Amino acid sequence: MEDLISLAVKAIFVENLALSFFLGMCTFLALSKKIETAIGLGIAVVVVQAITVPVNNLILNYLLKENAILEGVDLTFLGLICYIGVIAAMVQILEMVLDKYLPSLYNALGVFLPLITVNCAILGGSLFMVERDYTFVESTVYGISSGVGWALAIVALAGVREKLKYSDIPEGLQGLGITFITVGLMSLGFMAFSGIQL
Amino acid sequence: MNPETKKTLIDPLINQNPITLQILGICSALAVTTSVKTALLMSVALTVVTACSGASISAVRNHIPGSIRIIVQMTIIASLVIVVDQLLKAFAYDTSKQLSVFVGLIITNCIVMGRAEAFAMKNGVKASFIDGLGNGLGYSLILIIIAVFRELFGAGSLLGYEILPLTTDGGWYQSNGMMLLPPSAFFIIGIAIWIIRTWKPEQNEEPDFKIHESHLHSSAPENH
Repeated sequence: MEDLISLAVKAIFVENLALSFFLGMCTFLALSKKIETAIGLGIAVVVVQAITVPVNNLILNYLLKENAILEGVDLTFLGLICYIGVIAAMVQILEMVLDKYLPSLYNALGVFLPLITVNCAILGGSLFMVERDYTFVESTVYGISSGVGWALAIVALAGVREKLKYSDIPEGLQGLGITFITVGLMSLGFMAFSGIQL
Repeated sequence: MNPETKKTLIDPLINQNPITLQILGICSALAVTTSVKTALLMSVALTVVTACSGASISAVRNHIPGSIRIIVQMTIIASLVIVVDQLLKAFAYDTSKQLSVFVGLIITNCIVMGRAEAFAMKNGVKASFIDGLGNGLGYSLILIIIAVFRELFGAGSLLGYEILPLTTDGGWYQSNGMMLLPPSAFFIIGIAIWIIRTWKPEQNEEPDFKIHESHLHSSAPENH
């Protein structure tokens, strides 16, 4: 249990997907102008991440690993294409399920759900799971907490950017430039967590 | 080379740079720039994937039904990335370990998808290849500039060769450890955007709010 909590804290703060691995940056910068959209996107990422990482873990262990299907056959090189397929399919299924059973949440998430397929934070989460050899339970915890970390970062950035709109920024640095500097400062702040040992 | 082709190739370097203007593909641009070697390898990998995927998607563009085009594009891109990944593992194993998950993440790199969607679906094979090449090079240019700064000031070396002798080895240069940490990548790219936009002001974004001139003066009357 303790190591799971430590894994979760590490995934949320210390190894934050957005701020220390730069994953999902494109959406992170493009959709962080308003807090509301940032929250919607954050929730969508948490949900998709919580489903795809464990599912990809099962696929890796029961289909792709050496000797998993056939004796002496190693299919791990097919990993990438499988994971992205799973992610695309999961997003699609999630969209249909939400549309049918939770229309209010579906409407709130809107266009962000399909966008998540091409968010590198999702694929990155699965690839880190493979690289670090997580078990099924660990990958579930990792999926949820890395999603939460990403959501936290984008909501925080959206908060800063809403205030930043009214400030007098040198021309040329306006918009994208200052956003990068802000994210850099946030990332610097999050580095303070790297000393945490559980 | 005819002017049209030349334009497709040269434009993405500065004028239409995928990273600084279009904010695409930043995810990997920041993560692999701690040393010039990894940045070079990543640039080559991405340029190859963008150019080849552009060419192959453009070759089958008339046979792809509109509704499933994203999946088709993604499958083509993923297959190419797997080839690149296997090649890297075979010929540059150590560096591919350092790149860790970022080679796989070329699949979701917005530059590749963006060029496939915006250019390759509408243009011929050769033009798409050149366009992919140009965008890959534009990405490489920014990547290598950032990597040079980070490795030179962070570790005092370039491509592993010592340029500034470190104090730890009896030299005079006190290395700046922050250059090797994530935040510096954000700062450098932010400053790079600032420089490019000052040089080419037409790339500036429209601000959400303009501070009115008279307001500026009334807030600082003592300067008159």
